[in-house]
Amino acid sequence: MSTDIVQSLPQSPGVWKQAWIRLKTDKVGMVSLYVTLFFIVLVLAAQLGLVARDWQKEVGVPFAAPTLVGKIADGTQNAIVETVVGPNVDISDVDPLAPRYKEWEERSAQFKTTVTVKADTLPFGADQQGRDVFSKVIKGAQVSITVGLTAALFATLIGTILGAIGGYFGGRIGDFLEWVYNVFTAIPYILLVFALAAVLKSGPLASTLGSGVWTVVIILSLVGWTGIYRLVRAEYMKHRSREYVMAAEAIGASNASRMFTHILPNISHVVLVQLSLHVVGFIKAEVILSYLGLGVPIDMVSWGTMLAEAQTELVQGKWWQLATATLFMATFVTAFALLTDALRDALDPKLR
Amino acid sequence: MLSYILRRIWQMLPTLLGVILLIFFLFKLFGGDPVEIMAGLKASPERLASLRAQLGLDKSVPEQLWVFVQQVFTFNWGKSWTTNESISDIFATRLPATLTIMVPILLLEVVLAIGAGLAVAYVRGSLTDRAIMILTTVALSISFLVYIIVGQYLFGFVLGWFPVQGWSNSLWKNLVTYAPLPVFLAVLVSLAPQTRLYRSFFLDEIGQDYVRTARAKGVSENAILFKHVLRNAMIPILTNVATGLPGVFIGSFLIEVFFSIPGLGREILVAVNRSDYPVIQAATVYLAALTMVINLITDVLYKFVDPRVTLK
Repeated sequence: MSTDIVQSLPQSPGVWKQAWIRLKTDKVGMVSLYVTLFFIVLVLAAQLGLVARDWQKEVGVPFAAPTLVGKIADGTQNAIVETVVGPNVDISDVDPLAPRYKEWEERSAQFKTTVTVKADTLPFGADQQGRDVFSKVIKGAQVSITVGLTAALFATLIGTILGAIGGYFGGRIGDFLEWVYNVFTAIPYILLVFALAAVLKSGPLASTLGSGVWTVVIILSLVGWTGIYRLVRAEYMKHRSREYVMAAEAIGASNASRMFTHILPNISHVVLVQLSLHVVGFIKAEVILSYLGLGVPIDMVSWGTMLAEAQTELVQGKWWQLATATLFMATFVTAFALLTDALRDALDPKLR
Repeated sequence: MLSYILRRIWQMLPTLLGVILLIFFLFKLFGGDPVEIMAGLKASPERLASLRAQLGLDKSVPEQLWVFVQQVFTFNWGKSWTTNESISDIFATRLPATLTIMVPILLLEVVLAIGAGLAVAYVRGSLTDRAIMILTTVALSISFLVYIIVGQYLFGFVLGWFPVQGWSNSLWKNLVTYAPLPVFLAVLVSLAPQTRLYRSFFLDEIGQDYVRTARAKGVSENAILFKHVLRNAMIPILTNVATGLPGVFIGSFLIEVFFSIPGLGREILVAVNRSDYPVIQAATVYLAALTMVINLITDVLYKFVDPRVTLK
């Protein structure tokens, strides 16, 4: 009976619904949400092979210019090869191969040769091998965003679990985790990245991991968990003695249940904001690591490898790969950063 | 004060021990076999065995750890695996180049960002402030790589104002000829995030009661900003500078790679690519120790900057 009455009462909106309502009033936040979602859809489509599947195909002439710029006449493409035209001496009586010419001609006629027309211009131009820069940048978005998201998820997972344990239990195990935290933060960020890269590149793990994107994900998540750990730990220390946690204890909830089903939802906004902050940081880090050759392998494309290629192209005046990669990356990173700001405001109205 | 410093140094020891353990076991358990890296694939078994003995790899793991600890405290890391140069020499010869570009970067960065931060905080809420905030958000989203690539191309290659890259043996020539472009680009890149950060430090102080009181007493806006707000914002500023200090010794490795500056950052990167473990290990352990010392010095400096701070 009583449940019926409760259900018929007007319900107050939950935390997430309230946050969503607040987010909807934030114009900048909504625009950046749509841009981010667009990129996520693009990444999923690329993952499923719907777009940019044949990014490795050489569809244009080398360094085909962007359509807006128009075809660049550099003289090499249309150069006429001048051959010395002399009297055509019939040497078939001394040429020992002469009787077979006819047979070879017949045989070669059996094969169809198709002349692929390579585009002179492409919407975003082509790279040195004539690959479409637009396909590359989508494929690059797939790799860069996937690496950023996965690494951020792992870092958040490690940070949240360790932070929960350290903050909830405290005591010996809390001290131990603090020691681990101090050790990890004492080493300058970039040196820890280099040390891990050196080990993963030449150690026994190199063969199991391959030179795939997993190396980057592992490096970034092992280096990035500390900040999240610190915040989550502080939140757990604050929450562990609150009434609702004691009430949960009174009804016999286990430690694990109190930690992850009672406290975690109450601090999940902190975790979410940290997660999205790390995505942006990790995408930038992946770009730099890939440029240095410590990131994604050569046979893959990411925004970082595109920028690395673009460096040598720029000296030859081929600026489009650099511009396209920068444009896409800047758009995504700006949108994601603004979305993070909007999320933080929406989830924690007291901050304003 | 002295007892505080001594206690802090005492507290550093477990962390330093942890760093040593982490680095030792990271390379021991997950790193490649040093002998294979050094001797290559075609080495004879005798050579492998002699190398193994030479590096002390035939000893037990605790013994090896003890040797590692000794290396840390005696600064005797032996020789680089690939160039046979002694590790201490590598540090001594590469550090000056790094400092030549990093010290000007740090100084310019702090001075310019404080100026810009104060200026933006002064016009807070105005159109200029919002425009600058949007501009910095966009500027931040472009990769550091792009700035260096384009900057080097534009100022070095197209306009020819600076040499594209290079380094000499004379400090003066380096400072005047080769350092300006890398320094300029690095400061340009860091200005956006630093201005945002310093703006927030100043905004925290500008809303305080003492600012209103000073204003009510008729103190000029300039005096409020430079005498009251700046002094009170010194603690976060100091913390921020201190966080950046260890980086000075690594150098911005990207800058060193782009401009062929023979500094420490590039050396470590080369070591990573060549699997030259001792160089990486030494750099990591010492820079971690340095970071801890800098943090201690910063905490002591707080006391001088803000007399209200008590060191416990």
